[in-house]
Amino acid sequence: MIWAVAWRNIWRNKGRSNVIIAAIAIGIFAGVFIWAFYNGMVAQRVQSAIITESSHLQIHHPEYLVNPDQKFFLERSDSMATTLDSLPGVKAVSRRILVNAMISSAETGSGIKVFAIDPVEERRVTNIGDKISEGTYLEGRKTPIVIGEKLAEKLSVGLRSRLVLTLQMMDGTLTSGLFRVSGIYRTSNTMYDEANVFVRRSDLVSLINIDSNACHEIAVLLDNNELLNQASGHIKEMFPGKDVKTWRELMPEVSLIEKNMDVYMYFFMIIVLAALIFGIINTMLMAVLERVKELGMLMAVGMNKMRVFRMIVLETVMLSITGGVIGIIIANVLVLVFNKRGIDLSLFAEGIEKMGYESIVYPVPDLGMTFTVAFMVLLTGIAAAIYPALRAVRLKPAEALHMDN
Amino acid sequence: MKVIEVKKLVKEYTDAELIVKAINGVDLTFDEGEFTVIVGPSGSGKTTLLNLMGGLDAPTAGEVIINDTRINDLKGNRLIDFRLHNIGFVFQAYNLIPVLTAGENIEFIMELQGRSRDERRRRSTELLNAVGLSDRINSRPSKLSGGQQQRVAVARALASRPRFILADEPTANLDSVSTENLLDIMEKLNQEEKMTFIFSTHDARVVKKAHRVITLEDGMVLSDVRI
Repeated sequence: MIWAVAWRNIWRNKGRSNVIIAAIAIGIFAGVFIWAFYNGMVAQRVQSAIITESSHLQIHHPEYLVNPDQKFFLERSDSMATTLDSLPGVKAVSRRILVNAMISSAETGSGIKVFAIDPVEERRVTNIGDKISEGTYLEGRKTPIVIGEKLAEKLSVGLRSRLVLTLQMMDGTLTSGLFRVSGIYRTSNTMYDEANVFVRRSDLVSLINIDSNACHEIAVLLDNNELLNQASGHIKEMFPGKDVKTWRELMPEVSLIEKNMDVYMYFFMIIVLAALIFGIINTMLMAVLERVKELGMLMAVGMNKMRVFRMIVLETVMLSITGGVIGIIIANVLVLVFNKRGIDLSLFAEGIEKMGYESIVYPVPDLGMTFTVAFMVLLTGIAAAIYPALRAVRLKPAEALHMDN
Repeated sequence: MKVIEVKKLVKEYTDAELIVKAINGVDLTFDEGEFTVIVGPSGSGKTTLLNLMGGLDAPTAGEVIINDTRINDLKGNRLIDFRLHNIGFVFQAYNLIPVLTAGENIEFIMELQGRSRDERRRRSTELLNAVGLSDRINSRPSKLSGGQQQRVAVARALASRPRFILADEPTANLDSVSTENLLDIMEKLNQEEKMTFIFSTHDARVVKKAHRVITLEDGMVLSDVRI
């Protein structure tokens, strides 16, 4: 019956209870929704980092990442690629020749990184081919080049424009090659678009005079991210002299965001709940103080202090959970709706995309996070109940019975 | 058989360094089945004496013995549990739990005692019958008149099968018809169930029904008359 009493007590002052329930619901809704929003944003960033930029794993010459000089290349990369391709869990492999170069249009120039690739191999590993906004992906008879939209703007060029790449040959001498823009791509990361161009490997092999079997980087795409550590360990054992790195090691800033997101969100939720706790304490204190006589009577007729304490805690927890459940339900319904439709942040696209995030964010529902929030609400309810409950049990029945509330 | 024994009871209050003796050396004994009324002017110590006998307040000196238990020695939850099993209270302002129905108000005390659901139901129905409110079992206090609420309060006080009932001015807020009704019920319970009632009152109608009238003045027993 104490549960019934506690529940009915909440509704003795409907207006006051509804206000605090609404405050809790809004706070929890904001917390859960923002958590799901950042979940989606970070998941998209990680996905884009893997699919568009780094793949799951990369293999380099041991010196290359420390000193990205052309001379630190992988020999017999074709047989390495064949071996890697046959490993369980490996979806696709792409060999890349990487060269830092100067790109010049008729108007201006810029420093860029050239990815010399086999378009068929690369399509299986990255989705740059799907990000072509104009033209085609390295098709055409004459030395085609695919550049980012941002770089095209900077160089004031368009499709079929001619560009000159100035780069170092393997012997250290400078050389230049004329390329024609066959395609313009656009990823969610404008900084990436401005700094990276793609050409056919065969075109660069002859230009810089590198062995056709050599490459600077082998990108490996796995079936899923869960296989990352296992595959990385396996490949390291297979190629002991090579530098095998996961996307987490290659892009520590993305990995850090992914790892720390939950920590940030816990802090956010704690701040929201800390703000709510004062409202709940105030409501419950009012509820106790206007029932002094009744509480005195309950203790007089035989309700011991533990039971009185429990009743006030139950009332507070029920109040908090009611608000929490409403907030969680509304948040999850909206998360599911926006998970399909996406939240369009194109108004802020420039800033967001500079940081590598998509301008349309798809919030990701997370059952574990929902339970965590529910548990945090429960703890908040219990914490908020302590002071009002202590005030209740400290009442002296004889005095309380003669108070006018 | 003695139900309550009060020995050399003193209760002092300090008010701005002035010591006020609300109860000043009271010695009383109450036997089973007594229908006792404590009268006296306002401030004579009636409510304080009832509070001390009910263990709601602690005496400055002296002792209260209920069924061989010196309740001065009981503290905190032990004292509350003792009240739950031995003493029934009826208050001037009824003090029912407003969110519970009449039946639930009666059952609540029995639930605190750990009685089974069936027993609670049976006894609450029985007690509401006894106070003539069987048709109001599902009514909340706000739907009952003052007299009806006080009858539910009497039924609640009896629910725990206490040794005696302390009633602090139970008719003070009632009209004459309700007062007569309530007193008839209490008298009947006293005669049929040998329930011991101790009232504090100003009401002459209550005094008329009493078997014993104790008059207090300035915290002392002025007279103790058995009728």
